[in-house]
Order: sequence, then C-alpha cells, then structure tokens
Amino acid sequence: MSNAATFDTRTDTAIPVESPLAYSYRRSGAPQAGGSSRLQLRERAMLGHLILRGGAIVLDEAVRDVLGLNLPGRPQTLVQDASGERSIQWLSPDEWLVIVPGGEEFPLETKLREHLGSAHFAISDVSGGQTLLEISGEAARELLMKTVIYDVHPSNFPVGKGVTTVFAKATTIIRRPSEDRWELVVRRSFADYCYRWLLDAGAEFGVNVQQ
Amino acid sequence: MSQSKQQMFRLNTGGRIDRSRTLSFTFNGQRYQGHPGDTLASALLANGVDIVNRSFKYSRPRGIVAAGAEEPNAIVQLGSNEAAQVPNVRATQQALFDGLTACSTNGWPNVQRDLMGLVGKLGGQFMPPGFYYKTFMAPASMWLTYEKYIRKAAGLGRSPMEADPDSYDHFNQHCDVLVVGAGAAGLAAALAAARSGARVIVADEQEEMGGSLLASRETLEGKPADQWVARVLGELASYENVTLLPRTTANGYHDHNFVTLHERRTEHLGDTAPVENGHRQVRARLHRVRAGQVILSTGAHERPLVYAGNDVPGNLLAGAVSTYIRRYGVAPGRKLVLSTSNDYGYRAALDWKEAGCEVVAIVDAREAPAGDWVDAARAQGIKIITGSAVIEAKGSNRVTAARVAKIDIDAFKVSGPVQELACDTIASSGGYSPVIHLASHTGARPTWREDILGFVPGLVKGVQACGGAKGTYTLGDVLAEGVEAGIRAAATTGYTAQTVSLPSAERLQQGPAVALFQVPHEKSTLRGPKQFVDLQNDVTAAGIELATREGFESIEHIKRYTAMGFGTDQGKLGNINGMAIAARCLKRSIPEVGTTVFRPNYTPVTFGAIVGRHCRDLFDPERYTALHHWHVERGAEFEDVGQWKRPWYYPQKVNGKAETIQEAVARECLAVREKVGILDASTLGKIDIQGPDAREFLARVYTNKWEKLAVGKCRYGLMCKDDGMVTDDGVTSCLAENHFLMTTTTGGAAAILEWLELWHQTEWPELDVYFSSVTDHWATMTITGPEARKLLAEISDIDLDRDSFKFMDWRSGKVAGVPARVFRISFTGELTFEINVQANYAMHVWQTLFKHGEKYGLTPYGTETMHVLRAEKGFIIVGQETDGSVTPEDLGMQWAIGYDKPYSWIGKRALTRSDTKRENRKQLVGLRPKDPKVVLEEGAQIVLDPKHAIPMPMVGHVTSSYYSPILDSGFALAVVKGGHQRLGETVYLPMADGQTFEAEIVSTIFYDPKGERQNV
Amino acid sequence: MFYIYCPYCGEHREEEEFHPKGQAHIERPKEPEACSDEEWGNYLFFRDNPRGVHHEMWVHAVGCRKFFNMTRHTVSYEILETYKMGEQPSITADSQAKPREAAAVSQQEGVRA
Repeated sequence: MSNAATFDTRTDTAIPVESPLAYSYRRSGAPQAGGSSRLQLRERAMLGHLILRGGAIVLDEAVRDVLGLNLPGRPQTLVQDASGERSIQWLSPDEWLVIVPGGEEFPLETKLREHLGSAHFAISDVSGGQTLLEISGEAARELLMKTVIYDVHPSNFPVGKGVTTVFAKATTIIRRPSEDRWELVVRRSFADYCYRWLLDAGAEFGVNVQQ
Repeated sequence: MSQSKQQMFRLNTGGRIDRSRTLSFTFNGQRYQGHPGDTLASALLANGVDIVNRSFKYSRPRGIVAAGAEEPNAIVQLGSNEAAQVPNVRATQQALFDGLTACSTNGWPNVQRDLMGLVGKLGGQFMPPGFYYKTFMAPASMWLTYEKYIRKAAGLGRSPMEADPDSYDHFNQHCDVLVVGAGAAGLAAALAAARSGARVIVADEQEEMGGSLLASRETLEGKPADQWVARVLGELASYENVTLLPRTTANGYHDHNFVTLHERRTEHLGDTAPVENGHRQVRARLHRVRAGQVILSTGAHERPLVYAGNDVPGNLLAGAVSTYIRRYGVAPGRKLVLSTSNDYGYRAALDWKEAGCEVVAIVDAREAPAGDWVDAARAQGIKIITGSAVIEAKGSNRVTAARVAKIDIDAFKVSGPVQELACDTIASSGGYSPVIHLASHTGARPTWREDILGFVPGLVKGVQACGGAKGTYTLGDVLAEGVEAGIRAAATTGYTAQTVSLPSAERLQQGPAVALFQVPHEKSTLRGPKQFVDLQNDVTAAGIELATREGFESIEHIKRYTAMGFGTDQGKLGNINGMAIAARCLKRSIPEVGTTVFRPNYTPVTFGAIVGRHCRDLFDPERYTALHHWHVERGAEFEDVGQWKRPWYYPQKVNGKAETIQEAVARECLAVREKVGILDASTLGKIDIQGPDAREFLARVYTNKWEKLAVGKCRYGLMCKDDGMVTDDGVTSCLAENHFLMTTTTGGAAAILEWLELWHQTEWPELDVYFSSVTDHWATMTITGPEARKLLAEISDIDLDRDSFKFMDWRSGKVAGVPARVFRISFTGELTFEINVQANYAMHVWQTLFKHGEKYGLTPYGTETMHVLRAEKGFIIVGQETDGSVTPEDLGMQWAIGYDKPYSWIGKRALTRSDTKRENRKQLVGLRPKDPKVVLEEGAQIVLDPKHAIPMPMVGHVTSSYYSPILDSGFALAVVKGGHQRLGETVYLPMADGQTFEAEIVSTIFYDPKGERQNV
Repeated sequence: MFYIYCPYCGEHREEEEFHPKGQAHIERPKEPEACSDEEWGNYLFFRDNPRGVHHEMWVHAVGCRKFFNMTRHTVSYEILETYKMGEQPSITADSQAKPREAAAVSQQEGVRA
C-alpha cells in the first residue's frame, strides 16, 4: 500500500444527500420549454469522481486490470466502458479523471491502491466537489459557443474528446461522450453560477431541465 | 407636412428598396415615411431633410455626407422610449424600421435654431485648435463649471436612464478563414476558401452583403453585378462550413488573429429585440473569433476634397451620391456640381443624369481628363470644366452655389477668375483611401503608395488584404485578387483550394488621377472661409496649419492638438487630407509625415455587446458552500471573500426589529465565548498532498518544521515567498505517513496550489509528491465554545476525551451518521472541533447539529464574529495584518520559524538579509485605545508626537480593529516601527476630522493570554 | 489575446487559460546561504526587459496545470516557440538573424504607445 489514508464516505443508513444543484433548483427552478425546446439539460449527480495522479505506464496496467479500461495516454482523450457509466479522461500528462457510478469510488480506489502497491501515485476522491451536467439537443453546440472558449466544432471536438477550459468566468471540464451528448464537469461551489448561466444563455433556444 | 411633399427626393424607379410597403419614422419630432431597404439616412434624404446635426465645436448645420461607416455628421440618438435609448448611431448604417424614432445628438436647443451656432459664427475666428485648453485653463477651479456647459453644447448622445430589456451575448468562434467585408473581393475570396472545405466566416457590416456591387453601374458577365452577388451568396449559404454574418462589423483586430465582430441581430427590426416562441431574441452579439487566416477585403473610403464651405449641407461624397441613387432610389438634390481629381468621380454625374436630374458641371482638377467615364459624360452632353475645382460652396443651411476657378495645384493657388454656378448639391472625389483600420490595430505600419495616392495596410502574419483595401480599384482585378487571397488562405490552413472561374468584368479605360487634397482659395487658408478636414471633430485646414506654425511637427501631436481623427470617427474621411495639409505646411512628403494609428473600435460598439451575459447576477461567479441555502433562509447578510459568498453575520429580529451588525456580532461573540457557536468554514482551501516526499516538500514551503508531525496530528504553518514575506498560512494535518491535508486561506486556495506546483515542476521535480485540490469535496463546520464537546458527543462515535483527542489532533469517525474527519484546532481560542464531511452530506450534518445544539445555545456566526474572536486572540489574517512586506518575525511568530531545518526553505535566505533583520521594521502589536468606547479606524496612521508639524512622521498603521463584547472595549492590531520594543508606550492616531485618538501599545493577545480555553 | 501552443496538451489554446509567470530560466541558487545579499537580491528582484526575443514562463492554469516556457518577441508579440520545463530554447536573441529582427522592429515601431 502507498501509505496514504483512504476515507470511505459511504454511509450505513439512508442519510439525506443534496446535490450541488439542490439550491439552484429551488431558486432558479427547472424550466420546461416543452415541445419547442432545442436544449436539454440534466445534472448527473452523486457520481464517484476520482483524480488519479502518476506515471502513465504505472497507472495504465492497474486501470486495465481493475477497471477494464485503457488509460487514455493521448492528450484530450476520454475512454468509456461499454455502458458509458465508467470513464477515464486525460487531464494532464500525469493526471486523469475517473468517473464511476456513485458508491463505486471507494472500492475502486482501494483496489487501485492494492494493485499499485508501493509505486508513486496519488488518488484523491473529489466526488463531493464536482458534479456533471449533461447537455443535449440541437442547440447544444450554440449554447456551448456562448459558454466555453474552446472550439466545440465537430472537426475540432470529435466524440471521445475532453478538455479543461474556461466556462464564462469560471472553469469546466468539457467532454463529448457521444454524437449528441456533451458533459460539463463543474466544481460544486461554481455549480449554481454555471446552472444560471446555462439557463440564461439557453433561454432563446428553450431549455428543458430534467431532474 | 402635405402629402405631395412626402419623399420628394425619391426616384420613381431603381434601388433595392420595396416601394410597395411604407414605413413611418420620426426624426427630431417630425414624422416621415420611407421604405423597407432604406437606411435612416436614405429615408431622410428622400424626405429632403438637409440638416441632421450641429457640429461639435462651431455648431454649424451639417447634413449627410456619406452612405456608410465613414459618415461623420449623421450621428443620431435612437430609441422611442427611455430604456431603448442608443447613442452614436450612424444614420447611414441604421436600417429603417416602422416606428423608428431618432433625434440629433448635437444642437441645443435644436438643430434648426442653435444657440451655439451664434458662438460659432462670432467666435469662429477665435476658436483655433487648443481653444478649450487655452481659454478655459484658468482658473483651474472653474473648469468643472465650464465643462458642464461645453459638454451640454457639444453633446455626444446620452445613455439610457432605464434598464435595458434586451439581452446580449458573446460567441466564441473559431475558423480557418475569416473574411472581413463581403464586397467583390470578399465574396470572391470567401468562395475560393469555402469550396476548399475550410471553415469560413464572412462578416459584413451592411444590411446586405455585396458592398459596392449592390450599387455599381458596372456589369459582371454582362448582367447587373448584384445578380452575381445573389448567386455567390446562395452558394455560400449552402455550405455547412460557411457562416455568413451580415450586419456584423469587425471592430478590433487583436494579437494572433483574434478578431472581435459586433453583430447587430435585431436592430433592423425594432427598438427592442422581438420575442420568438416565447423567448426574447439576443439583440447584439460579440463574436470572439480566432481565425487561422484573416482576409481583409474592407474596401476603400472615398476621400472628399477640402474646400471652403465644404461642410454646408448638400456637400456629399461622389460615391455616396451614386449609392443613394442606385441602391436607395434617392437623388439627394436637383442640381449637381461635381468636383473631382479622378475618373471614378464621374460615375456620380452619370448616375445623377440618368436619374433625371441636372448636372450643372463636372469640375475636374486635371487639365486633360481622358477615359471611358469621361467620354461617357461628354457623350451625355455634360459640361466639363478642366484644370479647375470647386473652391467654395455657398449657402448656409443648404448649398446654393459653387464657386469654381482654375487652380494651380503645385503653387497651391487659384490661377484664374472665379465663376459661380447655381446648384443645390456639390459632390466631390479626391480618390480613395483603403480601409486600413483593422490592419493598423495589429500594430503593422501602413505604407504610402504614390501610384494610388493612399496608404495600404502593413500586414502581420496570417493576414492578407485584397481589393480596395489593398488599393486595387478595377473590378476585374479586385475579383482576381479576392480569389487569389481565398486560395492562399485555404492552402495555408491546410486545405486544397478549388478553382473559381471569375465572372467577366468590363475593361474600362481610366486616366490617371491628380493628387489634390486641399483646394486653394483666393484667400489664404488662415484668413479664408473655413475648409473642413474632419467634420465630426470640426477640424479645419487652418487649424492644422496653425498647429504646424505653433511647432507641432509629429502627426500624432497634430492629431492630439487639433482632435483630428478622434472619437468614433477614427479619421475615416479626414486623416489623409489632414496629413496632406500638414505635409504641405511642413514642406514634407506625406509618407514623411506618416499616418496616425487607428485603434479599436472601428465603429462604436454598444456596451451591451461588450458586456454580453456578464452582467446583473451573472456579472461575476458567486461561489456557494453546500450550506449556502441554510444561511440564506436564516437571513444571513453575506460578505464577498474572493468569489465566495460567506455569511457575514446573522441578524435576528428583536421585538420585530432586525439587529444591527454591532448587535448581531456582539450576540454571536458572546455565544461562542460562553456557550457554543458554529461557523461554515467550507471555503478554506484544501489541498490533498500525497507521496513519499510530501513531508520534505512541506518542510521546504513552510517556515516551520514538519519532520516530526505524527499521523493524527495537525500543525499551523506559515508560508513565505522567497523574499521572506508572509504569503499564506493554514493548518496542515498528517493523514498518513505519505499523506497530508493542507488548508489555505479562502482567498489563497488557487494561488497556493499553483505555487506548490510551480516549485515542484520547476525547482524540485525530483520530489515524489502530488497535489490535488479537494476544497469543494469537503464541507467544513466549525463548532466552537465551552459546550462544543458536549454537543458533538451527542451525535458522534469519536472518543472526544480531552486526553485521547488532544488539541491539534484529528480523528475520523461518524458525525450524525456520516463519515467525518474532525480536527481539534481553534481560530477562536475556544474549545473547537472542525467537522469535515463529504459536501453532499453537509446539510444533514449541519441540521443535526442544530437539532441537538439548541439546548446548548448553538449560535451560527459569520465572518465578522470570526474576525473579532481571532483578533482578541491575536491570530493574524494574511492579507489583513500582512501586505506582502511583513515577515514572520515582524508578526512575532519566531516560534513558527525553523532556522535550523536542513534545507534552505522558501524565505529563509531573505530573512537573514540586513533589511529583514532591521530592528525598526514595522512589527505587529496590540493597541488598546485609552477610551474603551473608541473603535479605531482600520488603516489609521500612527504617530508618536501628535504636536509635530505636518507632515508628521508616521510610524505604522492599524491593521484590524473591532469592539470586543467580552472585554467591553475597543481593541486593535497594528504594525508599528520597532513595535515589539514599545510595549506600554502611548501612540497617537490623528484622524481626518481633526480628532486625535490615544492608544497604548500592548500584547497582541487580548483574551485568555495563556491559551487555556482551547485546551480544555 | 494570445493563441498559445501548450507543449503538454499538444494544441493551441486561448490566452485566458494561461497565466504568465515572468522571465523563464531563473534558477534558484543551489546554496542560498552561500549567496551575498546582492546575489540573492538579483535572484529575487532583477529581471531582463529586452526589446525583441524574450523567454518567459507560463502556466496552463485552466488546462493541464503544467508550467512551460515560451520564446516571444516583445515588439511583434509573435510567439516563436513554446517548450517544456527543463528544455532549452531553440530560438534566442543571438540565434535570430539580425536583419529579420530589425525589419520586424522598424515595421512595428512605437505602435503600442
């Protein structure tokens, strides 16, 4: 083991949880544009988010054995499992973001640590610190052009790409897991700002928020 | 207004307007009519409105001169209601819509009868350049009084006084090729680039794309040129890789091909944006374009000739006359005199004649003009007066006659008798000036081309110019250049260009132009009637001549002295003429005089588009903790700490009245000191540090020692920069042998993470350690006060015994059923537990604490109370007690400095420099006001001798000052020169209102000096 | 608004994602205690301010968070290269052919006043 402390945040009993957008829904609502909507927005809350640090070669084997996924070695790439529920994204030459269904993060971290043994690496659980917003609909790209400075044209942003970039006056990780779906990973403390921004920027297209 | 007079200058046929529909509009309170396809300017001309404004300085009546962005006079205020007011709109660029309401921006009380006009007439000779500087300089105190009236009389429009109902946004665009200007060159370039498959954006500032082709008398493939335009636009629109942006002005050209485009999406439709499907459309949009290649096909502006009275309404650019006739179906007068130095000007006379109006004469400065258009004019029987120019326009509110004479250009004098030709319109053409503004924004200097008598753009990497912008004016050549530019741009960005077959253009013979800028008058420039160079800023030829006589030689200085090319005009019409006049006076050539630099923006951009969506509650991100809505519901007042919203204090209702901040803070402070309080401390920065060298790394970035910190222990750390000055502080805990959790100040979180990465990546890459931010992952709840342990014990399985869970220990366990890390650290001096849980559970834990805390008097407290409590204990806040010039020793924190650590940690070397060892450095002390009721002002300066003559030597200042409820006294922290040696001395704080406060220098610890309370 | 090639991300990114961190290749003295006050002061406070080719350190703050170096022309603002931490520049003021620089300077003279 790597002589680091792990911390299981799972609870035994049903403890009420609040997603980063809990307050936002109450304050800004969840607009339903109905049939005229060209934009769908959905928070995929309570997922497991882990930050993986280390050398690519060291991590790759562990990730393959434990998660069954290849570690994306090329910059700005994203790999997912067949279900699309587990993914790893390149963040920097020694940093990756792993997103798994909520509750899997601790067993995953434990197994990775076991597998990696005494190698030099780090795993940080950031599940409480960020949330994932999913955007789809025919106006999704226009909305993103209003929002992120990175070029989201399909010629520059094919499926399977993910980057960290500027979101209005905040930051985001933006990913494209499929043709018609975009994901934004935003920090918890900025989530309300991002949500209000997306509603405002998307208003002209008609937004449907799925809760 | 009688029916028959309506649109009396409208032609029966021709133009791109829809005569079947009529639009009503109001200008200066009068109602008029126009047609779809009109601009406000063309509709005003159709209705015979001569005076559209009063001039800026002399208040002379002014009429429409141009037909596009270069219009200097017809600058109007738009808006039918207060909220819709838009200043600085050029009537030549504003599409007419039904209900449009506009008025002149200048003219007080109105444009027809203007008071300042009298001043202008009387004072005309006495308002030379620098008039305002010279006249209103003294006494200086009176400037504010003068300014009010000068500004009122000048008037440059006004901003709305009510909230704008519209929304605006930014669009981040990326493309391979950006084409600016969709005239002949731009369309050809766009076509070539688009067919290659490159991502192309075409931006054009006009209502319709096509540029001069929309009003050209020339043909393409033997057909009117606008048919080719329609075909090309149809093809471009069919490509997915092409974005066409009409009504979009490229306003700024920034580094590395970053161009800002201002798109007016709904301003041609009405005062406010229309609502579609229940959603209000975006009124204006700023496109932030990063382009691989930029093609500047911005065309050229015609240059007017400078002659006396050239500002009287009825003086127009020759090209503008053609545009109004051919594009808008308006002849802006009945009897025309054309003054020209070149063949191009002749087209205005031909168009005028074809429109059925009278051409009195063409006055050509050349002795023997020859060319196809000259021949056409002769064939039409138009009188041509050669070797001559219009030397003066007569008339006051409208041109009544042109004074024409032979001129000697080289000798700059009138060389023959003057004849007066009755007319109502004088068109002039002095040739073309390429529109080089955007290229100039990049910093590239333009170069003068004698053959075209104009500056052509200097070009930086990734940009090319074509067509008129490059000084090419023959249609066939313009198209060829466009295609070539498009092909080159596509190839440069990695696409294979396709062939574009060019439409055949007429090959016309043209004679050479003559270099004529200012026309001589019988009287000298200084004594003769005014000859205007810059109509918008009221700069005359005499003004420029005077400036050169007063010793201004640099064109940049002449510009600033005379105001030539200032403001929204940016020298579009006048700059070259001004330089030519300066060159004549200085006896230099134009390239020797040089051109001034054009700056963004090319034309005014509405603030809405600049601001975009970054306004109102989206102005700046607001960061919320997981407990934010609890604070809101509790009625907290918030304080901004960085972008975070932190509860400042929680005012309660007492007898139906809300507490003041003083009352609330006093209550919160006493609750902590006597019972238990709770603070949302989630905003503290938290950095997860892992790796075998984590401990060594901490030892290098902190001033104190880390080698012996055991698992389960916490330690306060102080961070310096390498200059030895304190930059951050916080508690770092040892989670495992190779694993630490660092906390930083709320405001410092991002910067400290970057700081750690900086040292790791640049100086110490050999250390095996990783840093990750976990600030948002954890919610932190601080319970503090004598009852804290009892409260926590009710809902936690952690052994809280004082001997097993000591001060500066951390433990993990469950709190309210939620896995938690609890840290026994204290920022209040009281018994404290900082509970950290995964943020999604925070609300449950917080509420459970309150469920159990009521009986202990659990009181939420905000940052203000936190500040009072920590200051009572002498705990510093980095950024409040420190300002980048304070060392750990200045703070009296020698205990946190490990001088004997093996590695020379960041800041150590600097702390042994003679200056940091100085004994009279400003050092942190406590201040106790002699009068306990006094709360000193933060920032107040400290002196030792209040009777010293001003300026008094200042020895320090107050850094923190509060009223302490527990001490029932004001108290303060301060930095004082040599303060640590001055305990017990009295210092003085003279205030702005004349009072002087007395205070005693005391220890920084005001409460519980032995620190027993946090250890219970 | 610069367009900066991040040598770690392998693509051009907008300037808003980066922070400038001052002159590149400033190495902390290996033995600070062996430095005179003057030497330490030079390390801390004194930086070049050349007209022309300059080496700067930047960080891809909103991105991969990696520090890297940039060779930039301080008059034309042209970015001549970016390179990873620990690498040396391939373009320097000396290596730049004099005529080229002179031309660039004269063309750009004084325009940013």
